[in-house]
Amino acid sequence: MSAQKNGDRAESLTAAILAACERERSMTIVGSGSKAGGPDGIPNRLPDGSERVSTTGHEGIVDYRPDELVVTARSGSKLDDIASVLAEAGQALPFEPPLFDRRGTLGGAVAAGLSGPGRPWFGSVRDALLGVTIVNGMGQRLTFGGQVLKNVAGYDVSRLMVGACGTLGLLLDASLRVHPIPETAVTLARECTPNKAHELTCGVLRRPLPVTATAYCGGVLRIRLSGSGRSVTHAVRNLELDLEVEDDAFFRGVRDHAHPFFANAGRLWMLSLPPGTPFDEAGTLTEWAGARVWWRTDAHADTVRARARAAGGYAASFPPRLVDVAPTVWKYMRRLKAAFDPGNILNAELLSHAD
Amino acid sequence: MRNPRVIKLLRDELSARSVVTDTHALTPFETDGLTAIRQKPWVVALPETVKQVRAALRICREHGVPVVTRGAGTGLSGGARPLSEGVLLTLTKMNRILEVDAGAGVARVEPGVPNAKITEAAAPFGLYYAPDPSSQIACSIGGNVAENSGGVHCLKYGLTLNNVLGITVQTLEGDELVLGGRTLDAPGYDLMAVMVGSEGMLGVVTEVIVRLLPEPFAKRVLLAAFDDVRRAGEAVAAIIRGGVIPAGLEMMDALAINAAEDYAHAGYPRDAAAILLCELDGTEEGVKADVEIVRGVLDQAGAVDVSIASGEVERETLWRGRKAAFPAAGRLAPDYYCMDGTIPRRELGGVLAEIGALSERFGLPVANVFHAGDGNLHPLILYDSSRPGELEKAEQFGGEILRLCVARGGTITGEHGVGVEKLDAMCAQFTDAELDQFHRLKAAFDPAGLMNPGKAIPTLARCSELGGMHVHRGVLPHAELERF
Repeated sequence: MSAQKNGDRAESLTAAILAACERERSMTIVGSGSKAGGPDGIPNRLPDGSERVSTTGHEGIVDYRPDELVVTARSGSKLDDIASVLAEAGQALPFEPPLFDRRGTLGGAVAAGLSGPGRPWFGSVRDALLGVTIVNGMGQRLTFGGQVLKNVAGYDVSRLMVGACGTLGLLLDASLRVHPIPETAVTLARECTPNKAHELTCGVLRRPLPVTATAYCGGVLRIRLSGSGRSVTHAVRNLELDLEVEDDAFFRGVRDHAHPFFANAGRLWMLSLPPGTPFDEAGTLTEWAGARVWWRTDAHADTVRARARAAGGYAASFPPRLVDVAPTVWKYMRRLKAAFDPGNILNAELLSHAD
Repeated sequence: MRNPRVIKLLRDELSARSVVTDTHALTPFETDGLTAIRQKPWVVALPETVKQVRAALRICREHGVPVVTRGAGTGLSGGARPLSEGVLLTLTKMNRILEVDAGAGVARVEPGVPNAKITEAAAPFGLYYAPDPSSQIACSIGGNVAENSGGVHCLKYGLTLNNVLGITVQTLEGDELVLGGRTLDAPGYDLMAVMVGSEGMLGVVTEVIVRLLPEPFAKRVLLAAFDDVRRAGEAVAAIIRGGVIPAGLEMMDALAINAAEDYAHAGYPRDAAAILLCELDGTEEGVKADVEIVRGVLDQAGAVDVSIASGEVERETLWRGRKAAFPAAGRLAPDYYCMDGTIPRRELGGVLAEIGALSERFGLPVANVFHAGDGNLHPLILYDSSRPGELEKAEQFGGEILRLCVARGGTITGEHGVGVEKLDAMCAQFTDAELDQFHRLKAAFDPAGLMNPGKAIPTLARCSELGGMHVHRGVLPHAELERF
């Protein structure tokens, strides 16, 4: 196993929240700041009177046994570091978290709930998460879930943390399911119209082929096949689609938002649509067999939202904000917030409607 | 506080025949799959529409009547045990499949639809619904959501949570929460993740959108026989280490093998100490590659015999024995008590040996048949309830097994839920602060505390009382008293 960065700051992180709780000071939880700054970042500015608590240095793999398909690591661990340890045993996090500039942390990945190109086939962050230890807004250290795949004791608090952006608790560590890295992966590419791309994607998914990612961007359809060498070779031979073989740089670029599409001008939107929905707009990158569309546009927010609704889904600005929800859902979200953080001290600004 | 006005109001909203109060007609509702615990409800309400569910909840809220929601009543932890002064809201009449959208790969169904009916409706499109609890012919999808049910294919395809895209929930306060939908993600907090597996404590599920998967293009089942249980346990870990995720990986011990053989004639080797059933699925080429790997691993792990079934009939025969294991065990003794702990796979061999030792200590035989791939044990404790004290002995034995699971890094319930059965075991798994957080979570959805009160999460008082009682070597004083 490669040299491990190791640091347990659980005591000081817990103490920081307890202190803030006693003094009724609000706190902003940050990891490495990989999603802050930049045109699409989470606002870097701290709200007035808020203190910053960083998980930096609270890092290291606590437990990893390849046979169990589970890794437990501290929240400040870099995803990149975790990935290299898993790779030594031929394994990886199934949800392909965006690494952004390679500084992304495990805590950030869980809190933001972002999954990469393979999500429809390998599952989401939530699907992989098995357990967490958190510090809630009262400074209590609590463990939910565990390291086993099947666990229905108590409410599923660990999965509630996915995408909650640290508003319900500071994540100390997380246990996640891992999976074997497929022996081979190839990306096939072909130029075509949006209609043709939709038709080809739907057709390919109906066939016995080990598809694990699809994307359409800039007039090019790409399909990733992965699995045993034999099944991939067999699939490439049988596709008869006249496609060109590429390496995996494209899907890595999409995963990390490093692909040139993400550098285009305009506000970045993430549209979630029912799988297989045709969606034809300029300035889009479609992945997940049509279930996720990235859209760079100057169009008015209402226009983008209406367009997503008409296609049967919803649009969220990126990074997603917790406030874009139905009023009834909002009511119960506020109550859950109060159940975990009655003093409203943790990342409170992410649940405030003010821009 | 049986207020007759509540019955009248329910009859006005639901129709007279959908509100049951006659003592004989109430009998079928007095227990779920945990038949050792019986209690007649005051009233059974059988709504046929969402509007009627909402009306029933409003009436109960306004009159302070507790509500227990029930699906098909196949639950194994007493989660649907009625209350003598409560309404049992039974959703079996809401059993319509509202839509199968093959293009989007989803089905929209009412909560009372039996699990197996979804796959039946999806099959003409080459699709199926993955979670397959062994009660799938009867158990309802609403109940599956409430329990986060599993089945034999969880290792590869996940539990109910991983296969449900959206649910509609009615809260006692009268709010309708539409969570998720046809899209893979949803904005805001993941309230659906909290609702799934919440055992009817937070709200009533009135609609479910499930994800349908394309039928795998190829399937094979391997049957491996071992002359040592521990070696079979170790083979499970070795298969995973080999880089293969089987669709199903099940294990049975000698007692279970012979019971299943007597009952279902699946062709299992009667002289084996343990067998593993390993199903591989995917593309034809992918499955061929996986079969080679698994076969090699099994040989290395010391399997005395390995056979491979590829044809549909052969495969079904092999699975028939496994699926009949519970009724088969029912013929070994007048009663059995099915446990449901999960442990890390590496602990399989050791925990099975300890269960064997406990079996001798308690003088009760145990048949082991379980989801080895995900470490989910189902020891079946055989007993005879007509012998005085034997039920209590079986329950104590079960409690010991659950404590063993927690001590080895596992959990007290993998897929059957806490219900009323494992309230005490919850005290062993969670701290007071964690239990308190659960109670505050419940109060966020049900401030009045009228939804399935007393289930799933023990009170702190109950746990501290129990903590004090551990000195009595696990023998509960006044076991007849209810402890919420």
